[in-house]
Amino acid sequence: MKKYLPWIFTGIFALEAFMALLPRHEKTFQTREFAVLPTLLNGRIQPLGSVARNTLLQIRSAQSVPLEGNGGSEWGTWEQLRKDNRLPLTERHWWQFAKHPKRLKATDWLMEAMMRPDLADDRYIFLVHLPELLNELKLEGKGIENEGLRYFSFNELRPALDVVDTQVQRVLKSEAENRSTVEQRTVYQKQLFKLANALRLYSGVRFSLRPERSDDFAQEIDQFLKSAPAGVTAVKRQQAGQEFNQQDLDRIIENVGQYDRMATAALLPLVPPARPEESRDNWTNIGNELKESVHTGEVPPAVKYYAAMVTAYRHDKPDDFNRAVADYRQWLGGKFAPELSKGVRESFFNNFQPFYRAMLIYLFAFLLGCGFWFNWSEPLRRSAFCLIVLAGLIHTFGLVFRMVLEGRPPVTNLYSSAIFIGWGAVILGLVLESIYKDGIGVVTAAAIGFVTQIIAHNLALGGDTMEMLQAVLDTNFWLATHVVAVTTGYASTFVAGFLGLLYILRGVFTRSLSDSTSKALARMMYGIVCFATLFSFVGTVLGGIWADQSWGRFWGWDPKENGALIIVLWNATILHARWGGMIRERGLACMAVFGNIVTSYSWFGVNMLGIGLHSYGFMDQAFKWLIAFVISQVVLIAIGLLPPRYWLSFRDSLAARASAPPAPEPPGKARPASAGA
Amino acid sequence: MVDRFINILTSLRLTVVCLCLSLVLVFVGTLAQVDLGLYRVQNEFFRSFFVYWSPGGGSLRIPVLPGGYLLGGVLLANLLAAHFKRFKLTKKKIGIFMIHIGIILLIVGQLLTDLLAHESVLHLKEGQTKSYSVTERESELAVIDPSDPDTDNVVAIPDALLAKGGLITHPALPFAINVKSYFPNSFVTNRPADAVGPPPATKGFGPELEIENEPRVTSMDFRDVPTGVIELSAGQALLGSWVVSEYFTQPQTVTFENKSYQLILRPKRVYRPYSIQLVKFTHAVYKGTETPKDFASLIRLRRPDTGEDREVRIYMNNPLRYAGETYYQQSFDKDDHGTVLQVVRNPSWLTPYFSCILVGAGLLVQFMSHLIAFARRTAAKAKAAGPIKGRARPAAPAPAAVASMSANAKRRD
Repeated sequence: MKKYLPWIFTGIFALEAFMALLPRHEKTFQTREFAVLPTLLNGRIQPLGSVARNTLLQIRSAQSVPLEGNGGSEWGTWEQLRKDNRLPLTERHWWQFAKHPKRLKATDWLMEAMMRPDLADDRYIFLVHLPELLNELKLEGKGIENEGLRYFSFNELRPALDVVDTQVQRVLKSEAENRSTVEQRTVYQKQLFKLANALRLYSGVRFSLRPERSDDFAQEIDQFLKSAPAGVTAVKRQQAGQEFNQQDLDRIIENVGQYDRMATAALLPLVPPARPEESRDNWTNIGNELKESVHTGEVPPAVKYYAAMVTAYRHDKPDDFNRAVADYRQWLGGKFAPELSKGVRESFFNNFQPFYRAMLIYLFAFLLGCGFWFNWSEPLRRSAFCLIVLAGLIHTFGLVFRMVLEGRPPVTNLYSSAIFIGWGAVILGLVLESIYKDGIGVVTAAAIGFVTQIIAHNLALGGDTMEMLQAVLDTNFWLATHVVAVTTGYASTFVAGFLGLLYILRGVFTRSLSDSTSKALARMMYGIVCFATLFSFVGTVLGGIWADQSWGRFWGWDPKENGALIIVLWNATILHARWGGMIRERGLACMAVFGNIVTSYSWFGVNMLGIGLHSYGFMDQAFKWLIAFVISQVVLIAIGLLPPRYWLSFRDSLAARASAPPAPEPPGKARPASAGA
Repeated sequence: MVDRFINILTSLRLTVVCLCLSLVLVFVGTLAQVDLGLYRVQNEFFRSFFVYWSPGGGSLRIPVLPGGYLLGGVLLANLLAAHFKRFKLTKKKIGIFMIHIGIILLIVGQLLTDLLAHESVLHLKEGQTKSYSVTERESELAVIDPSDPDTDNVVAIPDALLAKGGLITHPALPFAINVKSYFPNSFVTNRPADAVGPPPATKGFGPELEIENEPRVTSMDFRDVPTGVIELSAGQALLGSWVVSEYFTQPQTVTFENKSYQLILRPKRVYRPYSIQLVKFTHAVYKGTETPKDFASLIRLRRPDTGEDREVRIYMNNPLRYAGETYYQQSFDKDDHGTVLQVVRNPSWLTPYFSCILVGAGLLVQFMSHLIAFARRTAAKAKAAGPIKGRARPAAPAPAAVASMSANAKRRD
């Protein structure tokens, strides 16, 4: 049985991943099919599924909207609880394991907001948690609460829209007159702008697909096209001072007015460029196309398909809806096959969630790896190893898929750097494990893999992770060389640091750090530090050369450059200290742990340099975590500096030596200075 | 004593101490940028021998950290000395040699860049042609004789000379210039009607102005605006005094012996035997965003003496290298119809390339040889000890693990 343990674990996780790859048939509205449809947002073609996810993240800082929760001590849907006056409303508490609230996933939410705003306006999506703002917008007693955060519905915010607008204009005016700057915004102002942005996005979504007052949109468009010529005639006759039909005039004015509001407010350009001479990027929104149709007498096919979807969705006819989606996909498959294919691939990537999946497997493998140290059961170690290989494969698949999707090297922003650092550390850990086979490699790979994917997951909460690159970064050559080399340097320095951490923890708190393990760990650390030196040096100098290529100076002492330089300096210090015999295993471990601090500073710290105490947002949250991490590493180094007699692993051998006659200094301490070379 | 000094100079301990101090210097220098700005930090931390601390902003200067020049210098001396004393070029150490030569090249190259590189800026509106660029942090007082219809005769006096003050003469100048005062950074305002005391100068704009001395600018984003008061004289005759300032974009006229001269204090110009015209500037953004996709200047390069005449596109990451100088896309006008090109002359620009290759290859050689030796050792040990002991096992496995291991071993056999 034990023999098959690795295969059983790996098989279960592989099967689960494989199941996720299979197409899923949805009985009612085929949301997944709708999520594939492409649009052009933030300068890139992306599927509506990505739009849904990124928009909801920006509005709610979450990827779904719960429909049920607690009202006082009752459990139920929000509507029911509010009707029964069971207050306050709170989301599922973490200890309510038995409760699984129904949720709107991002795409479901987007569809509802675009086609049934009457429902969507009651969803609790707007995050407001600053007491000042709650007070000013008169939101007390409204909304739902989740662990101290409060969410409100559009309908609840409706009376406060004017206040938000007035306050935003006030700040903008002051900034336009140079009386204050964006950087000087107070907590209140930042929250205000975040809310205003969320409201703008929401209203943009609402106006993307249909006018405010519309039920059977498909039929309305047909009628509009029929009646438009008469309306145009009426307008012309009125302008010429001739007799005209008042009814025709009123109708066209009302319709065009509606479409005009759509055209200005819409977030999504859903209609692909129709004319062959246009740039492929010239997507427009439905409102514009409808206004245009007054002159042309027709609407593009995309508008008709979308109108059919709206009508079917509103009248709860899934079959009609699915047919309209399928027809539109088929139509796109002709001239817009590349855009559709991008949508299909990115949607697949979103649904498969390779990094999230890998993260869970890393966690499990980490537990198995630790378990191995408790009872030295070889099957556990091999299980952990196989699982990490599986997770590594999924991780690699995600990494490569992302590269192909973006047409870029692996690292383009902070998010992808976290993904890549994790990947690099996993590869190094697997290499170490296949050499030493003592569980150290698997625990390292699993721990760093897991933590970096958590970091990436949190970084992704900021919105689109595949945003377009600024002009100066728009060079695949330097992204592929400098950025990859520096990031590999980060990954390997973290691996060395983690090995140092294992050395100290095992040495001080357990008896498992025997002489041979201690030597093996030191060899691993030394090898990895060498590797890190190579990559961080080459990466840093390549960065200088890139700077020389793009603005004419090799080195400008700017914070990010300095951050990279510090890593090189530290790794070089470790190596020289080791060669000079100034440190041995224990010192190497402590110095390697300090490498964690240095690397985390370069990776995150430099991005936070200008940040004061009074600000919100992800970076500020990350700042607290960074400080906590640095403190933990300092504590660890302090523990590592405890004299050997306090180390559980060394105590016995020291005692044995003390009782034996004095021996000569062990070889290695007084090594000649050039011994390491 | 000398022996001891040599021992210290060649020791790895010194290397480690210097590397640690460099790390501290770079870290503190980065944090200090938040308050001091990049330009001041560069000068006070990295291009200096000591970093000073003045308690309470007083005049007392206590050196608290060795500066970039000192640390770089000591590391370089340490490295060279160690090589002379200890290292012999053997096959085993070829990697170390390559790494260290690469590092020396990098440090020396950067020192040369510091000493020899020259930066200036070329600002062009669309259609405009210039055969000079300007140096942003230096000024010159130009006295222009425009009487020749083809070329202006210009005598340019650098700001360093103006700052010294006193009498300045030049064979091409019909008059002497006496610098009465010079402010490296200043503020010039209109003289209020009820001002007391004499105006700063008698001629040109002088009588209507008031000059205030300002502290030097430290931020990278702003520059000093110098102003001076000069007095012109020919022999015994006094022509009057003028205020010259970079606030004035138009020259002031001096008439002497029926000939007109123009006076202007302007950013220092560097002339070249070729001219550059901006044909078109492009600033593209990604559709539906404000993220810049491309900045590009299409320029026309003309050189009369060689008859060269061609168009070049300068854009991000793609500078123009021409006649020992490099033109980079640096900035642009708010209306998107003008460009700012950075012009750099840096004779040692290639050193980092060589250094990177040398150090990279050296590190690779060195660590690969370690790795191969390690792999050989492991393999040899495995062979000597048999399949079980060869694996680096924890020293005291629990009995269960031993059992499972021997089971493994049996299977292997």
